Amino acid sequence: MSRPALTRAAGHINRRAIWSRIVIAACYGAGAIVVLPLALIVWHLLAKGLPALSLSFFLDMPKPVGEPGGGMANAIVGTLILVGLGTLFAVPVGVGAGVYLAEFGRGRFSSLVRYTADLLSGVPSIVVGVAAYGLVVLPMGGFSALAGGVALGILMLPTIIRSTEEMVRLVPQSYREAALALGAPRWKVTQQVVIPAARAGIVTASMLAVARAAGETAPLLFYGRTPYDDWNRQAWTGALVLVMMVTGISAVLRLTVRRVAQR
Amino acid sequence: MKAARITADGLYRAALGGAAALVFVVVALIVFEAARGSGLSIRTFGLGFLTSTAWDPVSEKFGALPYIYGTVVSSALALLLAVPLGIGSAVYLAEIAPRRVGAIVSFVIELLAAIPSIVYGVWGFFVLAPWLRTAIEPWLIAHVGFVPLFRGYPFGIGMLNAAIVLSIMVVPTIVSISREVLLSTPRSLREAALALGATPAEAIGVALDAARPGILGAVILALGRALGETMAVTMVIGNTNRISASLLDPAATMASIIANEFTEATTPLYISSLIEIALVLFAITIVVNGAARVLVYWATGGRRSAAALA
Repeated sequence: MSRPALTRAAGHINRRAIWSRIVIAACYGAGAIVVLPLALIVWHLLAKGLPALSLSFFLDMPKPVGEPGGGMANAIVGTLILVGLGTLFAVPVGVGAGVYLAEFGRGRFSSLVRYTADLLSGVPSIVVGVAAYGLVVLPMGGFSALAGGVALGILMLPTIIRSTEEMVRLVPQSYREAALALGAPRWKVTQQVVIPAARAGIVTASMLAVARAAGETAPLLFYGRTPYDDWNRQAWTGALVLVMMVTGISAVLRLTVRRVAQR
Repeated sequence: MKAARITADGLYRAALGGAAALVFVVVALIVFEAARGSGLSIRTFGLGFLTSTAWDPVSEKFGALPYIYGTVVSSALALLLAVPLGIGSAVYLAEIAPRRVGAIVSFVIELLAAIPSIVYGVWGFFVLAPWLRTAIEPWLIAHVGFVPLFRGYPFGIGMLNAAIVLSIMVVPTIVSISREVLLSTPRSLREAALALGATPAEAIGVALDAARPGILGAVILALGRALGETMAVTMVIGNTNRISASLLDPAATMASIIANEFTEATTPLYISSLIEIALVLFAITIVVNGAARVLVYWATGGRRSAAALA
């Protein structure tokens, strides 16, 4: 930004220029303050979680309370299954709904859906959990991965819809006009021009949603660890593993998408 | 040829519309379940449930007021901290930082959104609480203790801890969405402002103005998360059914009381009361969302979205 040139052109440092500097300095400060606690949390996670991290942590089943050692193989597989099921349910529905709202969303129905999606984003996970209990667990006669997956999918849905709509709207109108002018039907324009153009954004948004949902399964890693030392050690390690898993998946996903999008 | 094209378009549109309709069905089912589950409590306590501070499982007297208060206050405080900082750093990342730095930092911040909420809770309990108890809260009591907000005893856990943890949790949402929205506003807006003699900050102000609906959307998402956050808050808020003016005292939110007691609830009325709290929480989110929508409509002068302008 041409800050020095601008100030010189004004001929004197007036109040607006000083105010401008203050505002920009405040933005620097805000950036630093936001990063600091997040960095602290990651640091604590590594410092307290790494020591107990080993291969057996991934491959072994938990030992009974009081016995040393043991792993979290069951909880890790459980998390993967739940998140996978939730994603399978939420991503097609969420992206479909988001694209609908962005491309066709003008009528009363769309306003209703938009409001409902906003509403859903405010529904606490615990309320969704209670509802999933009543809707899936009770009719099916017991707890199941399916019930958890449905609940997780519901949690992911609003984020995916909202962001997909936002991202699809950002695709320049000229793309659509160019494709339509070439004689492509409306659905082909959406499916083969608009969605690919918005793909990077859609994947990023979905990734955030999936990550948030994966976090909801974290308590799985914390159950049955009552003895304080054991709990503390394994809890930090479990949290570290979950964070590594989710960030690893999302980092790879994002970088791949970026490469594809640039092609 | 023309007929076939119309049919394909119609099918495509119907398929996407079906996905959109499913969202409505999901919410309707949740409302239905919550309403059905809380029927017993509604019939027993009526409207008094919302204004009563009683919470006695033994004599089966339940009231939700302390938890409504706790939820509203903790979320408001969290936004008070997170919104200025989040928008400030979004501006830094989108407008001021070198493109590469902005991209890397926001990538990391988005990855940090993946930290499970219970980790924030563990951190708040084992790291933040001792720090508040030994350093921050004694200082607050000594120096600004004359304000009722900072009167009391340094517990470490309580409303202040919950608000700080919540603000840390929602800030990545605000930062990453606000940055995306800012980057999507036309570059020409800033160039035009600068050409007219605006200072850099004023040019950013013009961009912020164009990005306002999107940023408001980010804040609404953050508020939704703060209102319903369960695990982290449960660990750091102290869970008591007293209403206290002081931010240093323990409190409880609607989500935290459900998480804390749902598995212990034994009698049908107890369970029903907890589900009614969930229903009330749901109703509050509807009110907040409605207010936020009116706000967005008003702030944008009736325009639907910033993206529609671009």
